[in-house]
Amino acid sequence: MSKIMNSLYNMRILDDLARKETFIHKLHPLVKLLTTVSYLAVVVSFGKYDIGGLLPLLLYPSMIFALAEIPLKPIFIRILIVSPLIIGIGILNPFFDDQTFLLVGTEISRGWVTFLSLIIRSGLTVTAALLLIATTGMDRLGGALRMLKIPRIFVLQLLLTYRYISVLMEEVARTLRAYSLRAPGQKGVHRSAWGSLAGQLILRTIDRAQRIYEAMCLRGFTGEYHTGGFKQIRVWDLTYLGAWVLFFAMARIYNIPMLLGSFITGVIR
Amino acid sequence: MSHHKLEVKDLHYSYPDEHKAVKGMSFCIYHGESVGIIGANGAGKSTLLMLLMGILFPSQGEVCVADVKVTKKTLPMIRQRLGMVFQDPDDQLFMTTVYDDVAFGPRNYKLDEKEVEKRVLQALEMVGIAHLKDRAPFKLSGGEKRAAAIASVLSMQPDILVMDEPTAALDPKSRRRVMALLHSFKHTKIITSHDLDMIYETCDRTIVIKNGEIAADGLTSEILVNSELMDECGLEVPLALQNCPVCGGKKIDFTL
Repeated sequence: MSKIMNSLYNMRILDDLARKETFIHKLHPLVKLLTTVSYLAVVVSFGKYDIGGLLPLLLYPSMIFALAEIPLKPIFIRILIVSPLIIGIGILNPFFDDQTFLLVGTEISRGWVTFLSLIIRSGLTVTAALLLIATTGMDRLGGALRMLKIPRIFVLQLLLTYRYISVLMEEVARTLRAYSLRAPGQKGVHRSAWGSLAGQLILRTIDRAQRIYEAMCLRGFTGEYHTGGFKQIRVWDLTYLGAWVLFFAMARIYNIPMLLGSFITGVIR
Repeated sequence: MSHHKLEVKDLHYSYPDEHKAVKGMSFCIYHGESVGIIGANGAGKSTLLMLLMGILFPSQGEVCVADVKVTKKTLPMIRQRLGMVFQDPDDQLFMTTVYDDVAFGPRNYKLDEKEVEKRVLQALEMVGIAHLKDRAPFKLSGGEKRAAAIASVLSMQPDILVMDEPTAALDPKSRRRVMALLHSFKHTKIITSHDLDMIYETCDRTIVIKNGEIAADGLTSEILVNSELMDECGLEVPLALQNCPVCGGKKIDFTL
């Protein structure tokens, strides 16, 4: 039971992190959004056997973790939450792609390489997206999306879904607490109560969402979610974006680990 | 000052299940009045508030704010004049920080960000929680949440404040603080509550509702001491006016 309350508090940790005031947090939201989008594009553009090329891209999340003072644990826990999905998608690769190649004397199926590459790529993309939220905050991110002329209905849907999750979780926590108090010694919820519990939850959250919506309407809400004005984009913001995009392009065009390797071995020779 | 007037004319409302919640209410509230609306559970208080705010529309009769009828078209104007504080502050606070929550209303009216900031800080000062502006609303205590919810309405600078149970679920000190706050407002106030002692201290006028109809409308000092009327409507005389629970002795009636 307390697990659910904990995860409720944990869920909001991204909002808390977004309120820090580091150099990364102070960057313009649009710049951070564009940097992340270009990062995602570069990460997914690599071929499925190309693990070496992906390695330099680890630099981006590591830098953000360090500069924005984001703790590793909450982000990694969230990556673990999506990992079953990724494993589900990739686990059959080793069986389908059964061509083999030699690595340091051992025969390895190419399927394992694609599987590993999938895991690395999903890890990098999910981390980048989470870091974007943890350094920008959902509201400001919504504002940045609107600046890109994304239709307001999509942005609104994203923001309200994000808010609605906590509404739903609070109702779940309340219902489960009431259930567990009257069902001592039971592990979880007995299946005979599943149907009515789920039904209750839906009705209660709809009611609650209705009241929140009414409160929003009473304060002049007409469909546009205003998150306050943004500062102008400064030269510094553009430099940040430019530098990262340049780095991503370099990492995409040149195989940096291989260049570094041949440089070092060249020096040794 | 007719622009602060709120008039309800022969109001009727039935829910889709044909339950008649409001049956022919009429009253008029003038500028600067503070009016308590009381009644037993299910008497129709909340429905009445929703009709006043234009969340529900009457099946018959009308609500007029400053001589303007509440319709879908006039809602934006009406809602700028009438600010409503919900019973459960959690329904009202949904942004990530108290500041953003209080700024939600002014931003929807497209005020420029400097004016928004001015209004937000002013509203937070008024309710005494300026130091909490960067906190997340869900981490506040009950009293602080209530104050934030009130601030989120004050920032829209309404002429009329409508409050649903402003002192419900508050500890005695927080309740006193909210009451002092209500006293300090010069707005026209409409307050529904079961906290009859609060109504007695805060409102000059009281409207008693029974089964969707107005059972009494008049001076609070006359209505709340009328034990027969109170009993009939499922209420009782405020505790402060009841006999001493220890010696049973009668209290001195200050109203005489």
